[in-house]
Amino acid sequence: MVLSGARRGWARFAVRAGCWAGWLSRRVGLGAGSIIGGRVTLWLDRGALSGLAAGRRVVLVSGTNGKTTTSHLLAAALRTTGPVAHNASGSNMADGAVAALAEVPDARYAVLEVDEWHLRAVARAVEPAVVILLNLTRDQLDRGAEVRAVAAALGAALAEHPRTLVVANADDPMVVWAASAASRVCWVAAGAGWVGDSVTCPRCGSILRADGPTWNCPCGLVRPTPDWWLTAQLLAGQGLSTRLELRLPGRCNMSNAALAVAAAAALGVSPRLAAAAMGGLDAVAGRFAVIQRGGQELRLLLAKNPAGWVETLCVLEQARSLLVVINAREADGRDTSWLWDVPFEGLPRRAIVASGERAADLGVRLSYAGLEHSTEPDPVAALAHLPAGKVDVVANYTAFRQLLGRLAKEATAP
Amino acid sequence: MTGQSSIRIGLLIPEVLGTYSDAGNATVLAQRARWRGIPAEILVINADSTPPAALDVYLLGGGEDTAQIFAAQWLGRHAQLCHALANHAQTLAVCAGLQVLGQSMRDRSGRDHPGLGVLDINTAPGRHRAVGEIVTTCAFPGIGQLIGFENHLGITTLGPHTGWLGAVVTGTGNGTRDHTGRRTDGVHTDRVIGSYLHGPILARNPALADHILGLIAGQDLAPIELPDQAAMRQTHPDPVAVRGRLRRRPRIPTQR
Repeated sequence: MVLSGARRGWARFAVRAGCWAGWLSRRVGLGAGSIIGGRVTLWLDRGALSGLAAGRRVVLVSGTNGKTTTSHLLAAALRTTGPVAHNASGSNMADGAVAALAEVPDARYAVLEVDEWHLRAVARAVEPAVVILLNLTRDQLDRGAEVRAVAAALGAALAEHPRTLVVANADDPMVVWAASAASRVCWVAAGAGWVGDSVTCPRCGSILRADGPTWNCPCGLVRPTPDWWLTAQLLAGQGLSTRLELRLPGRCNMSNAALAVAAAAALGVSPRLAAAAMGGLDAVAGRFAVIQRGGQELRLLLAKNPAGWVETLCVLEQARSLLVVINAREADGRDTSWLWDVPFEGLPRRAIVASGERAADLGVRLSYAGLEHSTEPDPVAALAHLPAGKVDVVANYTAFRQLLGRLAKEATAP
Repeated sequence: MTGQSSIRIGLLIPEVLGTYSDAGNATVLAQRARWRGIPAEILVINADSTPPAALDVYLLGGGEDTAQIFAAQWLGRHAQLCHALANHAQTLAVCAGLQVLGQSMRDRSGRDHPGLGVLDINTAPGRHRAVGEIVTTCAFPGIGQLIGFENHLGITTLGPHTGWLGAVVTGTGNGTRDHTGRRTDGVHTDRVIGSYLHGPILARNPALADHILGLIAGQDLAPIELPDQAAMRQTHPDPVAVRGRLRRRPRIPTQR
């Protein structure tokens, strides 16, 4: 990008002003500072994002679940080659991307998780080398749109970038339909836990025919031949087999790692080296973190929609009591109906507390699932209802952030 | 109540009309029957099966545009089921499920698709999507206010002899008015209850669930006190009434 001297000077000033704003926000305790910093920069210089991305190889990570985890896994893999810019806090719109790029100006690689609805705008600005498309399922129906509309919009965005490599999950029909619009696709058979949104064909609405691990539709949409296959812990691709040994729990994280390894390999990092770097991660932005508090050992898990819950239910350990925290703020989706798509009925007996601003909605759902529980809207107070020992804490988006903040504050309090 | 025959609940094509979690209505009906000692079973009827036509109650939920047209065609292929819906079963139909039971549905491109014709209603897309909490006053005596969450584009016009389910207090509902100028949601006939309320509607409004169970069981049912139920209704208050007031913390009843 060729800029005039004055234009370049102004762009540099805009970035610096954003960094100051972010620093000030952290200093006065308002937050992590990435959103305000990015906003200040973008307000001063609308072209800041493309300016900051110029000359770097940018990977965008999008999809309903696993954006934050996958971007952390990939950033760990790419760091084996040098510094990486990464919106690690999960600020996944243009402002968060700007702040992440401004923070590490000398990084050759950037890994940016991007909200599905912001992918088009961010991709136009950064001309990504790679886009990872993880999965597409129902989430915040009141805020976004029905899944099919999200997939159609993503497809339109990907079609604008013929040179970008799209690394996509071949086992999610909704993802396949969206990614089919792209010119270059690397298909990863990464598995799918929740199939509730892809029983019918995303393209024509007919019932999809399942055939072993593959599926097809009379309209012609079929599961593509994968370039990479995940089987339990083994990821096969590029003529070799790589063992994924993660400290992060659950099948969904194996799936996230498989897509991240394929993306890293496309950028020249060997699958084995990438997998080894990913194996070092044990918590991601507080998710999966283990916290000692009084006589309890809390393990923090994020689940914000039915698909996320289906994966989380498999990770819950029976020996642990359970605290579930549900909010319904704008970022969570205002409608709590989705709790009825979570198969709580299969949860073995244990001590359970329903909590969060929508503790009552959750409590009603648990009663109908035949689960005895107590109800306490304040999640920290709710912990007192549970016995000493191991506790799994599952919270949705804003509930997770609030609780993490309170526990961190508590830990640093005198 | 011992020896009573089981209540059979048919959950129709949830894989097609399941986007808005309305399958929970089946769970609510079955559990509220069982808690009173009435056996109940849920039959999940997928699109690749032939639907049984002798069940007590059928449930239809909300879905996306393409799924809705598929659902109307699927129902149309099963004449015995349609006969049951029109003549001897009870039906609860929500959102897209309500629309497919009508005379016609117009899609966003302006094309009309035939519905099943069980209800004298017609649906066309509105200008804006109705998304948010909705409160209505139920047409059935003793049920009071219905609360739920709506998320739809459809504007539904009722035929002159079709009754509505709720008079809208806040929200959109059908998006049309009755002859007295009242804004309405849903429909009711002696066989079909239809509404735009998700939540699911029966989880949020147990009195409506008991109304349906009462019709099937042929008797009034004793009330059930469920922990959290009262608190849940308080966390979804009339949005107009609380505007400008500080949000109250939900009151949780004492645990038993």
